[in-house]
Amino acid sequence: MINILLHIAVLLLLPPLLLGVITKTKAWFGGRVGAPLLQPYYDLVKLMRRGLVLSTTTTWVFRAGPVVTLATVLLAGLLIPIGGFDAPIAFTGDLILFAYLFGLARFFTTSAALDTGSAFEGMGSAREVTFACLSEPALFFALMVLAKVSGSLTLTAMLHGPANTFSADVAAPLVLISIGLFIVLLAETCRLPVDDPTTHLELTMIHEAMVLDHGGPLLSVILYAASIKLLVLGTVLLHVIAPFEFGKAWLDWPLYLVEILGLAGIIGVLESVMARLQMRHVPYLLIGALLFCGFGFILLIR
Amino acid sequence: MNVMFLMLMAVVLLGLSGVPACLLSARSAVGQRVAAALMLAGSLLGLAGVAAALCAAEAPSLSWAWGFQQSRFAVAADPISALFLLPVFIVPALGSVYGLEYWKQAEHPANGRRLGLAYGMLAGAMALVVIARDGVLFLIAWEVMALAAYFAATAEDDKPEVRRAGWIYLIATHVGTLCLLALFARWRHATGAFALEAGQALPAEAATALFLLALIGFGFKAGLMPLHVWLPGAHANAPSHVSAVMSGVMLKMGIYGIVRMTALLPSGAAWWGPALLTAGAVSSVAGIAFAIGQRDLKRILAYSSIENIGIIAMGLGLALLGRSLGHADWVLLGLGGALLHVWNHSLFKSLLFFNAGAVIHAAHTREIDQMGGLAKQLPRVMALFAVGAVAICALPPLNGFAGEWLLYLGLFRTMGLGAETGAPAAALAAVALAMTGALAVACFVKVLGTVFLGAPRRAEAPHAHEPGPAMLAPMLVLACGCVGLGLFPLLATPLLEAAVRTWSARPGPMSVAAVVPLQTLTAAGLALAGLVAVLALVLKLTRRAGRVRAGLTWDCGYARPTGRMQYTGSSLGDSLVNLTSFLLWPKKCRTALRGYFPRPSAFKSLVPDTVLDRLVTPLFRATGRHLPRLRVLQQGQTHVYVLYILIVMIVLLIWGNVGS
Repeated sequence: MINILLHIAVLLLLPPLLLGVITKTKAWFGGRVGAPLLQPYYDLVKLMRRGLVLSTTTTWVFRAGPVVTLATVLLAGLLIPIGGFDAPIAFTGDLILFAYLFGLARFFTTSAALDTGSAFEGMGSAREVTFACLSEPALFFALMVLAKVSGSLTLTAMLHGPANTFSADVAAPLVLISIGLFIVLLAETCRLPVDDPTTHLELTMIHEAMVLDHGGPLLSVILYAASIKLLVLGTVLLHVIAPFEFGKAWLDWPLYLVEILGLAGIIGVLESVMARLQMRHVPYLLIGALLFCGFGFILLIR
Repeated sequence: MNVMFLMLMAVVLLGLSGVPACLLSARSAVGQRVAAALMLAGSLLGLAGVAAALCAAEAPSLSWAWGFQQSRFAVAADPISALFLLPVFIVPALGSVYGLEYWKQAEHPANGRRLGLAYGMLAGAMALVVIARDGVLFLIAWEVMALAAYFAATAEDDKPEVRRAGWIYLIATHVGTLCLLALFARWRHATGAFALEAGQALPAEAATALFLLALIGFGFKAGLMPLHVWLPGAHANAPSHVSAVMSGVMLKMGIYGIVRMTALLPSGAAWWGPALLTAGAVSSVAGIAFAIGQRDLKRILAYSSIENIGIIAMGLGLALLGRSLGHADWVLLGLGGALLHVWNHSLFKSLLFFNAGAVIHAAHTREIDQMGGLAKQLPRVMALFAVGAVAICALPPLNGFAGEWLLYLGLFRTMGLGAETGAPAAALAAVALAMTGALAVACFVKVLGTVFLGAPRRAEAPHAHEPGPAMLAPMLVLACGCVGLGLFPLLATPLLEAAVRTWSARPGPMSVAAVVPLQTLTAAGLALAGLVAVLALVLKLTRRAGRVRAGLTWDCGYARPTGRMQYTGSSLGDSLVNLTSFLLWPKKCRTALRGYFPRPSAFKSLVPDTVLDRLVTPLFRATGRHLPRLRVLQQGQTHVYVLYILIVMIVLLIWGNVGS
């Protein structure tokens, strides 16, 4: 029970800190002091208190986008196990629901963007739906590898599989899918080298271009949901690349915190040393992710 | 009274529902209302029959001698028939109510009565196809269905593109029927009678031939990928309620044929399942990729039907694979998922075609790039379209997700989890399904965004208005079906399990809920809906009233945005069209810009159907060019053609006698 409460608390409270860690890392690499670690929290609160401008072209879809996105990532966050603990909601086949919840979020985010009638938002939507067509199959290959390794169709068992049923046979597939999953994570959470969350040139953006017209509370919800998505997908990745458990709750929770913040730090380092890819090269990166996960699957079932 | 009498009465009522209107004047609305009333009455009668058949301990059947050799007028309603009868009795009746406003007799005096007659015949023939248990009766019903669909789809035969689509349909459907003739002839040869009864001992090569003939013959009607050539044109050019029936119900007759034949045939070779899985995967990915390349609203929906048929075929393939390898759970999940998707597709695709009709009435065009901002004028149609779009993208919590969820779990199980053995290559179909899902989201975001959202793209504001209750009510019924079946998929399982039991000829109990926890989808769906509602409420409460301003779209500070500056559907799909250009072969015409002040220029992009426009049409043209001598045989005089038949018969007779 206490672990479920902690799970929910981590899911609700931790995500903005990841953004803070990424920003701090990048500032440190750039030789700056940078914003405080807790700055994303202040930003979210500030935006919640702001007013809202609704374009006259918009309909209810524009407001539904952020709300549905937040609801879906929260539900997805309840389906995955965090650290060494079981997910609060687990049933056979929850992996499909997990993947399709992101699809639902994408449907509403992109529709909300198109609702503004702006070409920039159209570009963002077009890129989002296009790149998802490559990252989704990669994710499914990875899920199939995890299902085969653990012999289960429940996310809790699947993601604990690398820790519980590790053997030399599955090492290579797991390495391959962890590379693929990392690229999917970067693409889905709109980080470099796929998307640049800090740029101010709308022509080159994906996620930021889609939310140009959202302001105030709606933007706050969007930023919050994006950070939760980072936490959820990062946690999935951690189960594959760092399947360590002590088996004691008071050690496992701190271990998880260290791991997820470390992952945020790695993303920050990556963002500091890499440039954004040209938009037309992004599909190649994602096809690369698809190939990594696909080869992982073939290696496993050969 | 035998339950089958109820069904046959329903068939007659549906089939002849258009007759009274033909006796009235061409502009009389009474005839159309009578037709709709007869359709509703026939459908209610049929639904009562289905209910009675399901409650009966044994599947009801009737059989009369009717003068053909080795053939009887045999009808029966087992759970497989009952399952396919439900859409047949629901969608066409709703469509006839929709037609009262969409295709008013007074506005279409030239073709209204003909359309009504063909529409009723189509519905009646489909019901007869599903209950027929004899090869000859099946073929008769099948041909009536195919011809009625032709006359219904070519209602506006004064337009050349409608006539062309009609011709292509007619050729394709008859090539399919030719295969079915061969199929039933082979069946009679192998079993000694036309009766379609299971448990016949068939030699292996006969079973293979029957399977292939069924796959091709029924594949034409279902629209599996290389055989889909007739589908986009016919669906796009038919009146919308006819498109809804063709796509939502008639394509399923092809699926029904494959299900029925595979149920009759023995377990068969191991490659049947993988073949159908591959065909399904190709159809689904290619179908939705072609849909993204289209600009015509109804062509998009037609190509998306090919995608959904592909998904259903994947489920059938999985079931066949499970049957040949002896995995009862694959059969249950594969066939159960496929049959659930049959219902789902007939619900949401009919809904979307009804929506498309309302949109076309409002915008007076089918080109989505000419539309935009219709949500303001048609808020209800837009909300119903959004339900259909989310459902067809198989997103939770609507019905599309429940069907694909079963299918995914079945495909994941083929990997052989734990100690079980498997056929891991089949699991690759799950990846194709995932890709299809992502492409479907792209496709329907494109349609929703371009048609309903944003600002109008044409300056002259069309006098668009919300349709009346006769059009909205059928859509609402279908949308409720999508939501209801999505939240409570357990409602469907008893019939699904019964149908799977009949198909696999296993008497033992089978329970979907014992294999996968379908009931948790209800909880998950309700949790999702509750979470959205709570968050929306919280956001509404925190947003203080006076602080919401209305303004222009920001657009990076541009103060005079126009509708034409928006991203169009074509530009939205362009990157995906380029990614799949090896399949789509898009045509792009752009004139080069020269000089510092170039002259006005034009750009055109088009995604033709690769199979039809680049393979079949050139092939037919080349045949016509290179074989002109054969024209001697084709003079257009019917009695000479009958003479040919006679000559062929005599030759065959002689050959047969000499041979024996």
